[in-house]
Amino acid sequence: MSEEASDRDVVIIGAGVVGAAIARELSRFELGCTMVEAGPDVGAGTSKANTALLHTGFDAKPGTLEARLVRRGHELLSEYAPRVGIPLQRTGALLVAWNEEQRGAFPAIVERANANGYTAIGEVDRDELYRREPHLGPGAHGALDVPDEGIVCAFTPPLAYATEASLAGCELLLRTPVIGLERLEGGGFRVETPSGHLKARYLVNAAGLRGDELDRMLGHSTFTVTPRRGELIVFDKLALPLLDHILLAVPTGTTKGVLLSPTVYGNVLLGPTAENIDDKSDTSSTSAGLAFLRSEAERVLPELLDYEVTAVYVGLRAATEHDDYQLTIHAPEGYACVGGIRSTGLSASLAIAEHVRTELAAAGLRLEPKQELPDVQMPNIGEQLPRPYAERARIAANPDYGRIVCFCERVTRGEIRDALAGPLPAVDLDGLRRRTRVLMGRCQGFYCGAEVRALLAAERA
Amino acid sequence: MTDVVVVGGGPAGLACAIELRRRGAREVLVVDRETQAGGIPRHSAHQGFGLRDLRRVMSGPRYARRYVELAREEGVDLLEETMVTGWSAAGGLEVTSPAGREGLRAPAVVLATGCRERPRSARLVPGSRPDGVMTTATLQQLVLQGLPVGSRALVVGAEHVSFSAVLTLAHAGAEVVAMTTELRRDQTLALFRAGAALRYRFPLLTRTAVAGIRGRSRVDEVELLDLESRRTRLIACDTVVFTADWIPDHELAVMGGLELDPGTLGPRADTGLRTTRPGVFAAGNVLHGAEPADIAALSGRHAAGSVARWLAGDGAWPAAVPIECAPPLHWISPNAIGPNAQSPPRGHFLLRSRDFARRAALEIHQDGRLLWSGSARLTPGRSTRLPRGWLSAVDVGAGPVQVSTRSRLTPSRRLT
Repeated sequence: MSEEASDRDVVIIGAGVVGAAIARELSRFELGCTMVEAGPDVGAGTSKANTALLHTGFDAKPGTLEARLVRRGHELLSEYAPRVGIPLQRTGALLVAWNEEQRGAFPAIVERANANGYTAIGEVDRDELYRREPHLGPGAHGALDVPDEGIVCAFTPPLAYATEASLAGCELLLRTPVIGLERLEGGGFRVETPSGHLKARYLVNAAGLRGDELDRMLGHSTFTVTPRRGELIVFDKLALPLLDHILLAVPTGTTKGVLLSPTVYGNVLLGPTAENIDDKSDTSSTSAGLAFLRSEAERVLPELLDYEVTAVYVGLRAATEHDDYQLTIHAPEGYACVGGIRSTGLSASLAIAEHVRTELAAAGLRLEPKQELPDVQMPNIGEQLPRPYAERARIAANPDYGRIVCFCERVTRGEIRDALAGPLPAVDLDGLRRRTRVLMGRCQGFYCGAEVRALLAAERA
Repeated sequence: MTDVVVVGGGPAGLACAIELRRRGAREVLVVDRETQAGGIPRHSAHQGFGLRDLRRVMSGPRYARRYVELAREEGVDLLEETMVTGWSAAGGLEVTSPAGREGLRAPAVVLATGCRERPRSARLVPGSRPDGVMTTATLQQLVLQGLPVGSRALVVGAEHVSFSAVLTLAHAGAEVVAMTTELRRDQTLALFRAGAALRYRFPLLTRTAVAGIRGRSRVDEVELLDLESRRTRLIACDTVVFTADWIPDHELAVMGGLELDPGTLGPRADTGLRTTRPGVFAAGNVLHGAEPADIAALSGRHAAGSVARWLAGDGAWPAAVPIECAPPLHWISPNAIGPNAQSPPRGHFLLRSRDFARRAALEIHQDGRLLWSGSARLTPGRSTRLPRGWLSAVDVGAGPVQVSTRSRLTPSRRLT
């Protein structure tokens, strides 16, 4: 990067699931795009630590942009995921009432879903609920069935989007935090980073937790991000037979509550907590948070507590003082602020990108479709389809797919090798985890921790 | 036709396979998922292996190699880098290796999959998630591979293996800032403790829990909670080693529909190490939290006798009556009794307690009938031997056998 650096048509700040989706969308057109990311990898911030649900948006506030984009995003991701190999399962959700007061809230929830254009929601009685989820704790009064809610891999989408963008010519600058932003006389923006600056005709702010800070650098102050910490517990795969659906709580005024869900990797997920904090980097779990989650599980799915805990993780939602996304297109200047994308960001990502593209075009960005687009196929890290270790033909073609390195998650040497190569290679253990599931299992490295570190070190030497 | 598939090529699996060959089994196949068989001792670079089973003392890696050599000498088929990933609907084993994906069938299967230490997450230790947090096994492997392990380590746990971690850390040039245990005192041998304390000079913090881990990319400090005063304090370190707190690697057992014992969390096994699934045996540390390698090996050797009888027998799988433990007793192994008062491995049961007692009065009942009473010293994390003289009095057709302490244990407070 230097003073003479050529102008980019678009600079996208932030390579989380939202930024990467926008980069992918814009890279389908004849544009010079650059995506800058403060962290060492794509999708390594909030995008990696959420509930990994595919929301229908049935419970969104009708009329909001979030309601519209989650609904559209559900449709787009449901089509995109199987095409590129993103694990996704339509498990359906059951929103369980634990008393008559909660059950009394059902009509309003159904009405809201209908207002959001979602009509497949319906009530199931107590007997039917226990027939569907026999391990549910005692005392449930009934449930709302939301058959189109699903679970999705949270790790693969940003990687798939960024890989596709990258192969289509979008430049990706990692470890490049933005430290200054200014509007240039005569249009465009100057994006300052520790290693130089970039010039852009159009600017997209998808900086997540830091979105408000960047917005202020350009003189706007319409929202403030207050990180909302969510702690989650992942239970052992052996607990998976305990439930088939996502089990939701009846929302209160302030929170959607704690949910239980199968994961696409075959675990059971419990969480999140919801706690507003000050520090945008504090992803620490707390003893109070973990105790609260366990008390919720004891009520909803008591047998779960007999199983081992595989992992604990914490995500920070980019919550604001507003109850909608803070997605504003400043048309005259060519600036798209994509702020306040909360827990629904993964579900809505492709729709947000579509929306931003349309709005930027309306603001004057010329979009000329590229003749050829990359055909991206991501490695399958979900359990619904066969993994490489179970694929006869694959092992026959390359014995490295028969060399299981991570026993708990059945990750082979071939997959690790692939993740360390390719257009978007893993650069650290965390990146390797998200691309392959290595070290994410019940032993947390007891068996393969040293070997995986050695493989990574050898690759980077 | 394979007679026996042994899953796991550590001391228990290899000793079982060797003994089976010596008893005349034709085709004995051991599959091990690691690139080299030999099990956990491969990583334990200190002396002290082999006393009870091979009648000589050697280092862990030497001991592991010796078992692999013996297995090959005895004509055991040994497949390394081969993992059993599950059971087929027809009752066989599904196996992945560089040679391909295949199914294995045999009239007898021995599970010898060992155990592992619970990692930080399973212990629900809150805080940030920096690098530098590991179990003893990972520590030992990192050191063997010449990879860095940090310079100031906190060792969580005070059992034998915790002191083994101290030796490994010393070997890697790391200082031990402290060792912690939530219990009133350590759970190792006085000689071992005194030796380590004298040589490496670190404080042993009893009644102390790890309340949090702090640090961004690497561990900076650990929050310790004094369980008596409820006061917390911070201790600076860059490495945290979570030791002991074992759990059997019971995944295959559960997937195969074997009943688990609620105490050991390993498959329920009778004194002949028969599980609740016909044709499936279990040996070594998959049965319970870690015992030393030689004891695991002798458990494997013991199972071989039952396997040989099964292969020669009429196909009937004997019924067994379970043995249950009442708190503060934690588990007993074996935890079922089959016919003919068959002896457990090494002629005695292993009994574990969650609390200390210098002289606990123990009783064994069946349906209210006293079978045995006696006394024993109990130390958490260490096994107490329970004799088997009462076995012939057990009615295999009656209710569960119950092991309990006669009265409440003397509060451990007075015993420290």
